[in-house]
Amino acid sequence: MMKGKDEVMVVFALGAIVIVIMLFLPIINLLFAGFDGLMEAVKDKNAWKSIFISFEAAFFATLLSFILGLPLAYILARKSFPGKNVVESIVDLPIVIPHTVAGIALLFILGRNGLIGAPLNDLGIRIADSMAGIVAAMLFVSAPFFINHAREGFESVDPRMENVAMSLGASRVRVLATITLPLSMRNMLVGAIMTWARAISEFGAVIVIAYFPMVAPTYIYSRYLEHGLSYAIPSATLLLILCVSIFIVLRAIAGKWRRYDKD
Amino acid sequence: MIRIEDVRKKWGNFSLNVSLEIEDGEYFVILGPTGAGKTLLLETLAGFHKPDYGKIFVDGREITELAPYERKIGFIYQDYMLFPHMKVRDNIAYGLRIREREEEEIEERVNQLAKMLGIERILERYPYKLSGGEQQRVAIARALAIKPRILLLDEPLNALDEMLKEKIMRDLKEINRESKITFIHVTHSRSDAIMLADRIAVMKDGRIIQVGRAAEIFRKPISKFVAEFVGVENLFEGEARRAGGITVFRMDGMEIYSSLEMEGKAYASIRPEDIIISREKMESSARNCIEGVVKEMMDMGNIIRVNVDCGVPFMVNITHEAMEEMKISIGEKVHLIFKAQNVHLFR
Repeated sequence: MMKGKDEVMVVFALGAIVIVIMLFLPIINLLFAGFDGLMEAVKDKNAWKSIFISFEAAFFATLLSFILGLPLAYILARKSFPGKNVVESIVDLPIVIPHTVAGIALLFILGRNGLIGAPLNDLGIRIADSMAGIVAAMLFVSAPFFINHAREGFESVDPRMENVAMSLGASRVRVLATITLPLSMRNMLVGAIMTWARAISEFGAVIVIAYFPMVAPTYIYSRYLEHGLSYAIPSATLLLILCVSIFIVLRAIAGKWRRYDKD
Repeated sequence: MIRIEDVRKKWGNFSLNVSLEIEDGEYFVILGPTGAGKTLLLETLAGFHKPDYGKIFVDGREITELAPYERKIGFIYQDYMLFPHMKVRDNIAYGLRIREREEEEIEERVNQLAKMLGIERILERYPYKLSGGEQQRVAIARALAIKPRILLLDEPLNALDEMLKEKIMRDLKEINRESKITFIHVTHSRSDAIMLADRIAVMKDGRIIQVGRAAEIFRKPISKFVAEFVGVENLFEGEARRAGGITVFRMDGMEIYSSLEMEGKAYASIRPEDIIISREKMESSARNCIEGVVKEMMDMGNIIRVNVDCGVPFMVNITHEAMEEMKISIGEKVHLIFKAQNVHLFR
């Protein structure tokens, strides 16, 4: 009996190794290949500029996801209302829409003649080909990650615990501040990391709505188009190293974040 | 006094409709099966739900529209709902911190409660490191910290083992006596209800069926549901009619007499300890003497329970001494004797 079980595990382990290699090999390969030319990218001012724009835009997209997504996440976690599953589908929709399609949809509404873009344009605010456009594109594709994680966090806090806090004299706002938010903070932190990571990796939607100012993926793509693969590798490697490092550090912080169900 | 005036609340297909008066300082138990709406009633009293209709008064002041945090009503859930991110000390202090009391005063109050409940040694621990009994005590301390007018307890003893349960019951009763806080305790356990209650309300399908002292409810249930739920034995279905100043209750071809006035379809119950077993037929003022065969005997320690088949099964409790005297055995023919006034009739 034990033997049969082990055979299954052997087959599974083989499959697991294949997929892990498929996921990891291109990254490791790029790191090694790009390492020689890395100094070249480090000296490239335009590469740094695009990376900063990427980081900045992703940060704002995450911040906006947090501010705008939190109330929705709480409502989805606590209330049932007619049309709730429609709202849930809308939240998940950006995950399935191809990114170029998302970009075109955004450009159509936010562009100079768009439903929202036109009145803003009259006020002198341009969204297409601006930082605002990049943030909008990143927000569109990444906000679902924050909303879903925050919702999970809120769902993990028993509403009866909020009831008890209220019975002890805490208003709704105090209950949120002292009970619900602290207890779901870890989920929100993970959600924010995923949102940021998703935002910084976005290319398709961003390039449609704003080729300039150039975010890092656009910069790397333009290097590849204009000069070929070997010219794109150093800056790609630099971006890869930065993103992976930040991701690892943030994950470690979230992992260490206090949990209350065990040591 | 707490007055619940025709409070109604719809919850999906379920509907609550309750009127109730609870005295100051009383240990009031709401007894009912799962799904009776006991928790919904408590949560409505606490203000977690707004009633669709009706009013709630505490000491003559209406609180129906008050938010939960304005009511000073403590709440203890079955699974305690301690705040997992706070140490025991901070859990207990929570309500006082919300009220922005001086830290010194808070510490004093926390220490005093901890001492009363015997949890001084766990004040610096987090809830996940506590046993069920410890968590229960912390939940009680936390609720008492704000000196509530009323304490609501939702099945607080369910998750505890028997030994611990008894100890906590004694503590609850003592706190109730000493603090003068009105306790409203919801349970499905009749033994908990008997142990704790000054008065009991039996609840079913969102309604209060009967309110009274434990003795009244167990001796004189007003309906078959109450009788069955509180575990009344010797419960019979039949028809009552008045004849010559007494009520004759007819069931399965047998007649018994009751001194309660009633006509028509009814239920009768006789408590097992109100029945005497005799070898001889006895005509006496007891009125009821029926013949049966001993089917089964169980030694319960202080009493012996005897199951007698009289066409319908009767349960009789007799003492060891009585048993010694009569030396009855299984299969033997005996007579059951009980007074007409001990035959309780209800619909």
